[in-house]
Amino acid sequence: MNIYVLMKRTFDTEEKITLSGGKINEDGAEFIINPYDEYAIEEAIQVRDANGGEVTVISVGSEEAEKQLRTALAMGADKAVLINTEDDVENGDQFTTAKVLAEYLKDKEADLILGGNVAIDGGSGQVGPRVAELLNIPYVTTITKLEIDGNNVTVTRDVEGDSEVIETSLPLLVTAQQGLNEPRYPSLPGIMKAKKKPLEELELDDLDLDEEDVEAKTKTIEVYLPPKKEAGKVLAGELSDQVKELVHLLHTEAKVV
Amino acid sequence: MSRKVLVLGEVRDGSLRNVSFEAVAAAKTVAEGGEVVGVLLGENVSDLGTELIKNGADRVVVVEDAKLAQYTSDGYSQAILAVIDQEQPEGLVFGHTALGKDLSPKLAAKLESGLISDATAVEVAGGNVVFTRPIYSGKAFEKKIVTDGLIFATVRPNNITPLEKDESRSGEVTSLSVEIKDLRTIIKEVVRKATEGVDLSEAKVVVSGGRGVKSAEGFKPLKELADVLGGAVGASRGACDAEYCDYSLQIGQTGKVVTPDLYIACGISGAIQHLAGMSNSKVIVAINKDPEANIFKVADYGIVGDLFDVVPMLTEEFKKLKVHQ
Repeated sequence: MNIYVLMKRTFDTEEKITLSGGKINEDGAEFIINPYDEYAIEEAIQVRDANGGEVTVISVGSEEAEKQLRTALAMGADKAVLINTEDDVENGDQFTTAKVLAEYLKDKEADLILGGNVAIDGGSGQVGPRVAELLNIPYVTTITKLEIDGNNVTVTRDVEGDSEVIETSLPLLVTAQQGLNEPRYPSLPGIMKAKKKPLEELELDDLDLDEEDVEAKTKTIEVYLPPKKEAGKVLAGELSDQVKELVHLLHTEAKVV
Repeated sequence: MSRKVLVLGEVRDGSLRNVSFEAVAAAKTVAEGGEVVGVLLGENVSDLGTELIKNGADRVVVVEDAKLAQYTSDGYSQAILAVIDQEQPEGLVFGHTALGKDLSPKLAAKLESGLISDATAVEVAGGNVVFTRPIYSGKAFEKKIVTDGLIFATVRPNNITPLEKDESRSGEVTSLSVEIKDLRTIIKEVVRKATEGVDLSEAKVVVSGGRGVKSAEGFKPLKELADVLGGAVGASRGACDAEYCDYSLQIGQTGKVVTPDLYIACGISGAIQHLAGMSNSKVIVAINKDPEANIFKVADYGIVGDLFDVVPMLTEEFKKLKVHQ
């Protein structure tokens, strides 16, 4: 099977967010594979191990994503592709990323494309379905189970806590929800092998795309941090009195009940 | 500049979801005096048209078909594209629900349009329709405009105030017939796992448990408190990882981001990833044995104590309050 994973490099979830010059300050921050994309990589490896084939992990971004691509290779992916848009795209959006990915994927005859259901930084969850639409293949988002039998696919999807069991077929794009699997840690031999695995770097030119072709269709005009919350009131006294006071405060002061 | 804006009315269990009324309010802002047209898709949904109008839509277009009884991205996009073709709107607003999240990017790609997902506010400023949305799970916010295509956005439940319902409002409910075909994904079964009633992302009150809940059984008093308040139960990653509850309840940077009126954190230490998922709630109550717990730093009210003592007492106290109301 010809399997592709869409991967994004994101801030570590431990990171506090600060601003510098009206933008998110990236200096000194730790970066990771977007956690939902980790499920996608793990699932891709498991599907390959069960059905044969090859897993290629693709990322659109800057040179720095090479580190996360190497991690994916160390987990067990076979190949990696970095589409470096650093010099060509200043302010891309989800349209930009989806367009670039779809241009790359359009002649690859992918059987299965996996991604995370959302990136924990931008949080829009648009890129997966956009890519599927551009490639004219079906997609299922927020999946928690994937079963492949020949060309037939049965997917379980998380829908606000309920589960939908969906039948569809390859080629298919799916986006991973938590609970799909338990992503493996790269092993030491895996890390050694990853260094020798192919990592191809491309630019827009290589995909016959111009800057205008991928120009964002939205624009960010301001980034700001939420107002810092004042420390609240920790109640004191007998527990039963505290409880009474709390209910009273929620009713009369905060007026939320 | 006035615009015609379409709003998708999302139907669940035979009624319109609250978020759809919030989406109507957002659409009203986007329309700048133009027409707000509700769209209803499904089977036997046309009766809900007047409901959408009473909540602010000017008129409603209904597409009814047995193939639309359950949501599929193919079926719904065919229906909506037909409505778009008929109406030629300049704006499009959905709820940022499981359905809205799944459908909107497909339509945006098809329409070659920008899309602003998960907006928590909308305003008209400097000649632009400006959406506010959280990034980094609410650790920061951005203001965004669409520069190409429709003014297309999904709105996060519980953030935009719906318009006041006006029983005297009336408008046209028309139906459009669309041939729905070639569905590439078929729903075979829906397994209801979510606790009946209130959906976590839409709940006005969330009672959430962490490792301090200690077991699946330990969530029972939290559920009782949530029931009294008409709320939903959530959890921290710690509680989910320890298998006290399903991952669908997880609140945090991975998991759901919630913004209820009242968030009651029980036995949750307050890791930064959890705070990202709930710190924009309007009022936060923390109950924790450890007075040093991080959660107290974001809480409006805190009680230092064992949740198994405090939560049942709270339930009783709220019951008394409800009796008096």
